[in-house]
Amino acid sequence: MKNLKIWIQRYKIGPLIGLILICIGLTLMSDRFFTPSNLMNVARQVSINTLLAVGMTFVILTGGIDLSVGSILAFSGALAAGALAAGMNPFVVVIYACVLGLLAGTINGLFIAYGGIAPFIATLGTMTLFRGATLIYTEGRPIRAVEETFSNLGGGYVGPIPTPVIIMAAVVILAWFILTRMTIGRRVFAIGGNEDAAIFSGIKTNLYKVLVYGISGLLAGLAGAILTSRLMSAQPTAGTGYELDAIAAVVLGGTSLSGGAGGVLGTLVGALIIGVLDNGLNILNVSSFYQQAVKGIVILIAVLLDRRKAARG
Amino acid sequence: MPVVEMQGICKEFPGAKVLKKVNFQVGEREIHALLGENGAGKSTLMKILTGIYSRDSGEIIYQGQPVSIDGPRKAEELGIVMIHQEFNLVPQLSVAENIFLGNEAPFTRFGQIRWKSLLEAATGYLKQVGLKVDPKTPVEELSVGEKQLVEVAKALSKKAKLLIMDEPTAALTEIEKEKLFSIMNNLVDHDVSIIYISHRMEELFQICHQVTVLRDGEYIASRSIAETNMDELVALMVGRQVEDRFPKVSAALGEQILAVDNFCNEKLADVSIEVRAGEVVGIGGLMGAGRTELARAIFGLDPVKGQIKLNLGQKNLHRGRFRHPQEAIGHGIALVSEDRKDEGLVLMGSVLENLALSTLEKRSRFGIINRRRERQMVDKHVQRLKIKTASVTQPVSSLSGGNQQKVVFGKWLETEPGLLILDEPTRGVDVGAKVEIYQLINELAGRGIGILLISSDLPELMGMSDRIYVMYEGKITGHFTRETITEENFMRCATGGVR
Repeated sequence: MKNLKIWIQRYKIGPLIGLILICIGLTLMSDRFFTPSNLMNVARQVSINTLLAVGMTFVILTGGIDLSVGSILAFSGALAAGALAAGMNPFVVVIYACVLGLLAGTINGLFIAYGGIAPFIATLGTMTLFRGATLIYTEGRPIRAVEETFSNLGGGYVGPIPTPVIIMAAVVILAWFILTRMTIGRRVFAIGGNEDAAIFSGIKTNLYKVLVYGISGLLAGLAGAILTSRLMSAQPTAGTGYELDAIAAVVLGGTSLSGGAGGVLGTLVGALIIGVLDNGLNILNVSSFYQQAVKGIVILIAVLLDRRKAARG
Repeated sequence: MPVVEMQGICKEFPGAKVLKKVNFQVGEREIHALLGENGAGKSTLMKILTGIYSRDSGEIIYQGQPVSIDGPRKAEELGIVMIHQEFNLVPQLSVAENIFLGNEAPFTRFGQIRWKSLLEAATGYLKQVGLKVDPKTPVEELSVGEKQLVEVAKALSKKAKLLIMDEPTAALTEIEKEKLFSIMNNLVDHDVSIIYISHRMEELFQICHQVTVLRDGEYIASRSIAETNMDELVALMVGRQVEDRFPKVSAALGEQILAVDNFCNEKLADVSIEVRAGEVVGIGGLMGAGRTELARAIFGLDPVKGQIKLNLGQKNLHRGRFRHPQEAIGHGIALVSEDRKDEGLVLMGSVLENLALSTLEKRSRFGIINRRRERQMVDKHVQRLKIKTASVTQPVSSLSGGNQQKVVFGKWLETEPGLLILDEPTRGVDVGAKVEIYQLINELAGRGIGILLISSDLPELMGMSDRIYVMYEGKITGHFTRETITEENFMRCATGGVR
């Protein structure tokens, strides 16, 4: 028993065990949960949040926070829909959305790294700014985005697997590789662990800060394109509150909010926990009011368990 | 009658017996040194005495009564107060507020603080410790030495009968230290007993009456200071004879590798120094004299006017100055900073991650790290520097101070520097590890590396340097060779006296 505990701590699989327990519970409570079609459904539902949460993981690992991802998602989604309507090639539209997200994220990074503004404040400001820009551009109305090739991005399949799930998997694997196998990752962890020590070690911390907010923005842009494609329209209020789900996924996955410890595999598990809960509570016909409350309680319990573990360790 | 008697104290943490039947007693009006290498069990013993840890077995007799100290509050009620090495002060609050932090009750009426009486009481305690500052001054505006005295005043306000001081002089200047010692003597005259923990052996003979030595969690011996000497104490601590505390080997000097010309900024006034290959150049001075600021300016951490001339082989001829440590590192400079925990290490990172941090590019292609080569590099340094760690994936925070410092050294050696700046490299490091660091300095100098050694430990500075610059208020006020320096000369220059 003691060995098991050590093992769980060493490999940080606490969140994974939680996810498995929730899945087992839901399987016992309803025979509609553990079916291939429903599981694919869950995977597709979590893909948007996972993309945002992966970007958020980079940011949080440096000790920052990005509240603007929901607004960046809406902004690049709307501009992508506009470009599509104007006749832009659908593949180029996706790249266009990503570049817009990257630019928006870079603006965050510049304010934080070179302007010296606290990440919470800086991204609170740009969150409002990008939402406002979206409302101005859309004039508060949805923009239709109906085009067959483009619709495949959010609604299509590769074999039996929905396209967004493939994209999500690719992004998670790439992010995992960057964070664990590349110099960028080491530096991101070092900055969050101890920024002064990172500077003393010759790391250009400002550059890497701009980079992580850029990555977060880029993934928000990509998520914006996917959501627009899936809904076949860009909503001016799309993505409202998504930043909080993304932060919740990161924290549930065991990444420290003060930076320096964690990773994207945990974040994926965190996003799956949120997705499975949403899906399971729907299947069980729990009213949406109760769903919110249950989700909040799960997050609190998970973080509490994590804190107690940390305090003991 | 002893003030406190700890008998047969045992403490075990999972996997390690930290204290094995330790006996320790402190007499009335006594300054009692507790001596031992890092990991000898000093802090654990003191944490048991102050109620932070519970003991597994053994007895504590305080003022003739057996007591159970089950928490820090209980210890304070008994009058046992510890001043930690790292201060427990809130920088933004005033001196008076800090002194009574958490104990404001006597000065409140219906929850409202009566400032006048609080300030009066604070003034009284400040007088006792000889600190002449306005009690309304925010603590962040005080010098390190003054903060130390605020800690003492805070302890007095808790009616301390037994004061425990952990490395109180680590960051103090010579003058502040003398002042602290006179206040300690004054306290003893007022019936306070003091347990004194320090790695600086000279001080024990200045201030302490008794000394107890611990080694590997065991009680080794107690001596009256008058009846022992430094060699005996060192032998008791390490369990063997240490031949030479400063095993200085002078290397053959090469060409000039660094010339700093007329460095000026907020903290530096027209500083010019030079270092030759294989030379250990000491920078001495009191706290705040600008020594660390000089290192920071050379390393590209602070803006500065003036010029650096570097001559570290063909590719590293450089004139100008650096805007970021990355440039300085690229030109062959390394800096082991004064503050290991805040500036030297990513504490939550592993030994491997810390060792690799400054040289990631060296073992990567297209940003992808070659993990096999990284592992080889890390194993090489762990072996060479004898870093004691269970595995290289262990968080570096789990290592002892000396081993953490070796990790910092390893990180910088891997950059293959031509100039190594060492800022207080042996602070908080035990005797055995200190000698290892001195030997490493010799070895590096022998390989032609120039070393800039900043130290507040005067015997160390005089023992290890070929040449010494003395700083005062941002200026170079003295320049000595190994042969011409004396403590008197040094102090005159360090305090701004004329040469």
